[in-house]
Amino acid sequence: MFRIDFNKLRFLVCDDNPHMRRILRTLLHSFGAREVYESEDGATALEMYSHYVPDIVITDWSMPIFDGLELAQMIRQPELKGNPFAPIIMLTGHSEKRRVTVARDAGVTEFLAKPISAKGLYQRILNVVANPRPFIKTKTYFGPDRRRNSSNAYIGPERRVGGEVEVLQQPSLLDKARTPV
Amino acid sequence: MAKHNRGALEIKAFADHHVITQPNPLSSVLRRVGGKNLDDPVARAEKALAGLSGQFKNWMSIEADRLSAAHATILRLGFTDETCEELFRAAHDIKGDAATFGYPSAGAAADSLCRIIEHAPELERVPSNLIAHHISAIQAIVHERTRLDTVSMAGELSRELRGVADEYLTQANRDRPEHLEAILAPSIAPGN
Repeated sequence: MFRIDFNKLRFLVCDDNPHMRRILRTLLHSFGAREVYESEDGATALEMYSHYVPDIVITDWSMPIFDGLELAQMIRQPELKGNPFAPIIMLTGHSEKRRVTVARDAGVTEFLAKPISAKGLYQRILNVVANPRPFIKTKTYFGPDRRRNSSNAYIGPERRVGGEVEVLQQPSLLDKARTPV
Repeated sequence: MAKHNRGALEIKAFADHHVITQPNPLSSVLRRVGGKNLDDPVARAEKALAGLSGQFKNWMSIEADRLSAAHATILRLGFTDETCEELFRAAHDIKGDAATFGYPSAGAAADSLCRIIEHAPELERVPSNLIAHHISAIQAIVHERTRLDTVSMAGELSRELRGVADEYLTQANRDRPEHLEAILAPSIAPGN
């Protein structure tokens, strides 16, 4: 059985709702975390990300001006300075299939739907600490491997091969996120 | 901050993608413990959360009042990008927070309101009572919760509102299949 030494981890929490920040801070401190930095919008979170270099980012999706999706996209920039590999846990009231897919395609590592629970949060953190996934870089994506399972029964087009590949035309992530369903 | 195990990245190149693997950067924070370890961080956190619960009623009132204020602004200024966004954000926060605060029915009503704001073709054409009833219901659930008879009533109220809202949205989006699909689709988010 494994336990996490939370006192060695540095967290960045981003949520515009002060009550949710308080709850997250309480949960993380109870787990044993000492270093929990907080921001109420994505722009400030990005600055704090560069400054404090957190081990794990926990972000809401809906925030004014610069939301959690854009924050994830800004962090997942392999060409820029800084760490593009930090685990990002998106904690959000959105739980529709399209939203989960868009978050995944923005490079989010784990998705946790509100209402929050201590168990749900702990499990997501344990997962990103104990089971990091390799990163995939394509023309349109940089982030954790979106394939969590390998299946021998898969019969669709193989989009990752060494030879000829099928190129999928995709709208930009921001366009996808903002397109009404 | 964890001492990162920053070993060399292993990069495998393929025709259209790279697979980048690095030694687990957070492996230093993982500790193997024996089966008799009684420390339970989740139980500790739940206890700490229960310690906050004395403030939940006040927090919920603040959230409900914020929603009512956003609605009052819409009644005064009409549906603009800013006023709609604030109404959605206030409802969405309640959707996410209310169950944690002990008001799951308020969360369900707020979810229904979020769906109206997201999927109504034109908010100006949504029957004004439909939005007003959601907000009144959330206020009532929050402020009348201490009455013993309101728990089941609150759930019934939320279900009724959701039914009326879904009926309206299904009808209003009959020519917009992508919205219909989203309205009818179940949530697939991993459970808590």
